[in-house]
Amino acid sequence: MSETIVIAETKQGMLHPVTAELVTAASSLGAAPTLIVPGTDDSAAAAAADLAGVGRVIACVGDCFSAYDASSWAKAVDACAPAGIVVCAASQNGKDLASRLAARRSISVAQDVVAIDGTTLTQPIYAGKAMQNITLNGDAVISIRANTFAAAGGGGGAEVSVMNQSADIATAVREMIAKASERLDVAEADIIISGGRGMQDPANFVTLERIADTLGAAVGASRAAVDTWDEIPHSMQVGQTGKTVNPSLYIAVGISGAIQHLAGMRTSKYIVAINKDAEAPIFKHADYGIVSTWEEALPILESELKALLG
Amino acid sequence: MPDIAVLIKRVPDTNAQIRASGDRVDLSSVKWVMSPYDEYALEAAMMHKEAKGGNVTAITLGAPECDKVLKDAKAIGVDRIIRVWGDSWSDLDSNQTQIALASAVRETSAEIVYCGKSAADTGAASTGPGVAERLGWASASNIIGLGFEDSGIEVIIPAASGNARTGVSLPAVISCDKGFCKPRKPNVKGIMMAKKAQVEIHAADIPASGINIVSHTPPPQKAPGQTFDGAANVPTVVTALRNDANVI
Repeated sequence: MSETIVIAETKQGMLHPVTAELVTAASSLGAAPTLIVPGTDDSAAAAAADLAGVGRVIACVGDCFSAYDASSWAKAVDACAPAGIVVCAASQNGKDLASRLAARRSISVAQDVVAIDGTTLTQPIYAGKAMQNITLNGDAVISIRANTFAAAGGGGGAEVSVMNQSADIATAVREMIAKASERLDVAEADIIISGGRGMQDPANFVTLERIADTLGAAVGASRAAVDTWDEIPHSMQVGQTGKTVNPSLYIAVGISGAIQHLAGMRTSKYIVAINKDAEAPIFKHADYGIVSTWEEALPILESELKALLG
Repeated sequence: MPDIAVLIKRVPDTNAQIRASGDRVDLSSVKWVMSPYDEYALEAAMMHKEAKGGNVTAITLGAPECDKVLKDAKAIGVDRIIRVWGDSWSDLDSNQTQIALASAVRETSAEIVYCGKSAADTGAASTGPGVAERLGWASASNIIGLGFEDSGIEVIIPAASGNARTGVSLPAVISCDKGFCKPRKPNVKGIMMAKKAQVEIHAADIPASGINIVSHTPPPQKAPGQTFDGAANVPTVVTALRNDANVI
C-alpha cells in the first residue's frame, strides 16, 4: 500500500471540517495517512490529531501561511510531506495547492475526485455531464470534493510533530475588501435558493433573500440571470461557467434548467424546482417539482418555512 | 516592457450534450469553441499590451484542429500563435500538459502568462498554477480584478473573508475568472489577417503519463422525482423536505 498524505484544509487558523472527509478518502487508498496541517502556528494540530485513523500529524508552521500564496505554500508543504499519494480538498485554494505540489514533484494531479473504488478514482468531466474513471501510475496528488466522503470520527490520538518552514511569499495581500453583500457564498452553503430569468426583475431577488435568511441559505443565480441583469453579480452564478455546488438542498426558482446550469448543481442531494412552465427541463432533475409562478409559490414557501423554523 | 503569453484551449461548447459511447465520451458531433474563461485571459493579455507594451503570444496544446482557436486569438490581435503537439500524443495528463506548455512559454520571452481559471472540459484548474511551478514563477488564480503597475500587476482574488487586493511581481502566471473585463470581438481586418497567419509548431519532450483513463461513464441518474401542479402544494413539499428528506 502506498503512503498517503492529507493536506488539512484550514479556515482562519482552524481545521476545516472537510479535513475529516479527506482522511476517509486517503485511508481508502493506503495505510493510515500522515496529516499535514499548515498554519502560522500549531494551534489546529490538536484537532487534527483527534481525527480517527490518522497515522501522525505534522504541523507545518511558517509565516507564509498568513494568507494564501501558491508558491510559498507549495514549497513549505512539499518540504514537510513525505512521498506518496497526497490528498487535498477540492476547494479554490486546495486545488491550486494540489496542482503546485504535483508540479513541484513532477507527478500528476487528479482534481475533484468524488469516488474511490479499490484503485479506481472517479472524477466528473464536462462539468459533471460525464464521469471519468482513472487509475494512478505511482505517486500523485488528488483533490477531493466536499460532501462526497463520510467524515472520519474523533477519538484518535495521533502523535504531533512540528516542522518550521520559511518560504518567501511571491504575492502580497495589500487589503481585504469586504464583500458587497454579507450573504453566504454559494460555494460554502449547505442550502441554496437560486433565481433565474423567470424572476423577471433583479429587484424580485429580495424575496429569495428573505427565504434564504429563514433557511440559513445562500442565494444563487442562473447564467441567464447574471448575463441579463448587472445587479446580479457573477459570484452568484451556479453552472458550468460559474460555481459547481453540492449542497444538501437546492431550490431553483424560475430556472428552466439549461444544461449549463444543471452541470453546476445536479449533484445536490435534494433539488426543488418552482417554474410556471410544466415542460421546463429542470423538472426532470427535481426531487420535488412545483408547477407555479414564483409570485404564487414563494409567499407560501416563506410563510411555511417561517412557521417551521421561526 | 515584458512580453506576454496567453494559454488557450479548444473545448466542446458548454451547451453541448456529452454522451458516453462505449467506454469513452463521444465528441464527434459537438461544436468546439475557445474555453470560456480563456476569452477573459486573452482580453487580459491584450489589455496588458495596451497598458504596458510587449508582444502577445497565444499558445495552445493539441492536434491540428486546434489551430482554429489560435486563429481566433490572432483575429483579436495577438502577435504570435504557437501550437504545442507531438504526433504520438494522446490523453495527456496534467504533468505532461504542464511540461509541454511550460516549454512553449520558455520559447517566448514572456514574463507574464494569462490563462482561464479552469477549462470547460476537465474543470481541473490545474494548468495555471502547475505551469507557474515548473517555471519557478509566482501565480495568482481566479482573479476578478486586474491593474497594471510599474513593476508588476495588482489583482483581486476572491477569498472567504472578502476580496484580496494583491500585488504580484513578475514573472507570474495569472488565471482569470469572468467578470473584470468584456472580451473584445474581432474586426474584419483582424479576421483577414488571421487567415494568412502562420501557426508555429512547438515540440516538447514529455514523460509517460501518471494516469490511466479506464473509462468514461454517464453521471449517476437520480430516481425520478414528484411534480405537483400549483402553489397550493408548497406545504406538502415543505413537509416532505422536513420529514422525508431531513434537509430543513
